Amino acid sequence: MSIIEISNLRKVYKLGSVQVPVLNGVNLTINKGEMVSIMGASGSGKSTLLNIIGCLDVPTSGEYCLEGERINGLNDDALASLRASRIGFVFQNYNLLPRLNAVSNVELALLYKKSSDVRKRAMEALDAVGLGHRYSHKPMELSGGEQQRVAIARALVKNPAVLLADEPTGALDSRSSSEIMGILQKLNRDKGLTVILVTHEHDVALHTQRMISFSDGEIVNDSLTKNSMNLEHNGGQ
Amino acid sequence: MKLVALVHTAWSSIGSNRLRTTLTLLGIIIGVSAVIALMSVGRGAQESITARIESLGTNLLFIRPSNDGVLTMADARALSNSVFAPSIKNVAPELQASAVVVFGENGRNIPLFGVTTGFARIRNFIVSQGEFISPAHVIGKNNVVVLGSRAKENLFGTRTPLGSEVLINGLPFTVIGVLESKGANTLGNEDNRVFIPISTAHFKVVRNADLNGDIPLTTINAQAKTGLIESANKEATTLLRLRHKVTEEDDFTVSSQQTVIDALAETTATLTVFLGAVAGISLIVGGIGIMNIMLVSVTERTKEIGIRKAMGASRRDILSQFIIEAVLISLVGGVLGVGLGVIASNLLDGLPLAGTQISTVISADITILALVVSAAIGLFFGIYPASRASKLHPIDALRSV
Repeated sequence: MSIIEISNLRKVYKLGSVQVPVLNGVNLTINKGEMVSIMGASGSGKSTLLNIIGCLDVPTSGEYCLEGERINGLNDDALASLRASRIGFVFQNYNLLPRLNAVSNVELALLYKKSSDVRKRAMEALDAVGLGHRYSHKPMELSGGEQQRVAIARALVKNPAVLLADEPTGALDSRSSSEIMGILQKLNRDKGLTVILVTHEHDVALHTQRMISFSDGEIVNDSLTKNSMNLEHNGGQ
Repeated sequence: MKLVALVHTAWSSIGSNRLRTTLTLLGIIIGVSAVIALMSVGRGAQESITARIESLGTNLLFIRPSNDGVLTMADARALSNSVFAPSIKNVAPELQASAVVVFGENGRNIPLFGVTTGFARIRNFIVSQGEFISPAHVIGKNNVVVLGSRAKENLFGTRTPLGSEVLINGLPFTVIGVLESKGANTLGNEDNRVFIPISTAHFKVVRNADLNGDIPLTTINAQAKTGLIESANKEATTLLRLRHKVTEEDDFTVSSQQTVIDALAETTATLTVFLGAVAGISLIVGGIGIMNIMLVSVTERTKEIGIRKAMGASRRDILSQFIIEAVLISLVGGVLGVGLGVIASNLLDGLPLAGTQISTVISADITILALVVSAAIGLFFGIYPASRASKLHPIDALRSV
């Protein structure tokens, strides 16, 4: 079942009088439970695509459906409510609020939708990413890897339809990187969470099942990885 | 997003920059406390003026001749008749003249009042030494005088005047009593006066044209029964019109103490509002301080706004967050300002000012008004920064450092 359907998506930025095309007719379908990486050089439009998928940005033209619902044309409030309920974001620079401790940062994701048991769910989400012992630490008191895990817990806690990660390992050393990728893989495998991540590191992309390469605002390659073969192979047994 | 969560969020962000919040608060605190303190001074003036006018006596009507009319003792007697004027309780006729009062070498120009026995009670004069003028004194046209407290000081200093002889316009009078001080009031100093029997005043001191043995009066003081001042006014007017056969213009005026109180209350209420408005300016300056700080805060927290938007915060969520922060600051400032204002007003109470004392009165309506105004100022000056915050594009906001 497809969770994301994109057809002929275009995005043009206006810089003064100059029009800068960023996405030139992207067609993409992502199925529920997939773990997809989007690769490309900086400026290739991969982050813009992720932002549009995440309802943070709107396309100039084209169609985008999330879980069968047409997204383009929705107003700001409708987009905000979609972000509140269906989208989990993980950023390269974690984007935690420095004033709040880990649990409160995770709770932030539940602040803008109707939720009950907020504190309990936040704690469970932190447990799930292995930070059960760090509830009351503030971001400054956590390592980069730990901060990114808090961010993953924050994305996870609202049971999103899709988890979007923009260079989630970009600021981390290799050990933390593989930890984070391990967590994302586990969430994908165990909970069937759809994960889309943007990266420019090939190693990171290899952790996913499907690699989409981007260049000049267009998809130039869309292929399954060895990883997915293994999974399918394992699944077949 | 729930209000509790909003307030909690606002509270924690306000608390995150203590020094700045305190300085912003200070603007509002000073504004609110100035409003409270100055308005309490205005209210105090209002109340003390009312109290002083009431010290003249209560429920009083002052009936005076006008348009060349003449009021006489016969008029006064008619007014005191309970058949003609059932709402009038007591009547005190009064004949005023100026007099030179001399004791030994000491001579003074002192207002002289020819009165009857009832005058002291109606006009709230209390005898501190000796006695007031008796009915027998009035009948006998006796040369007796009662001194106001200031008149007594001026003439006798610290000596006891009772039984002494003074000369009034050259005639010898025996001092039979001294009155307690009433203090200065808006009708002048009631203490610098001398009182003699009205008959003596007319027949011996003033010696005006004789009205067939009747005495012309300068004022008739009429005291209405409690709550009947309006009907007493009507009765007096009707009765005197009949007696004077008035066909066109009245040859007398009836004014009530209430009209004097009302006129002065209006003046002091204007003063109170004026003082409040002056203080209100500082409140507005405080509000601009809030706006300034909120604008800085929006710029500083652009990233936070981006994060919150990415988490699903709508424009309204962000708008409410920043407005609530502004209102919270101004409301906390308002509460602290009320506290400081009350303290300041207590300190001001009783301080000497231009010969009198400042008196202050704190009332609930001023306090509530100050709180509401300060919250409204937070709201007003918070709206612009909050709407700037809410309109930020999530992507741009997230990219900011």
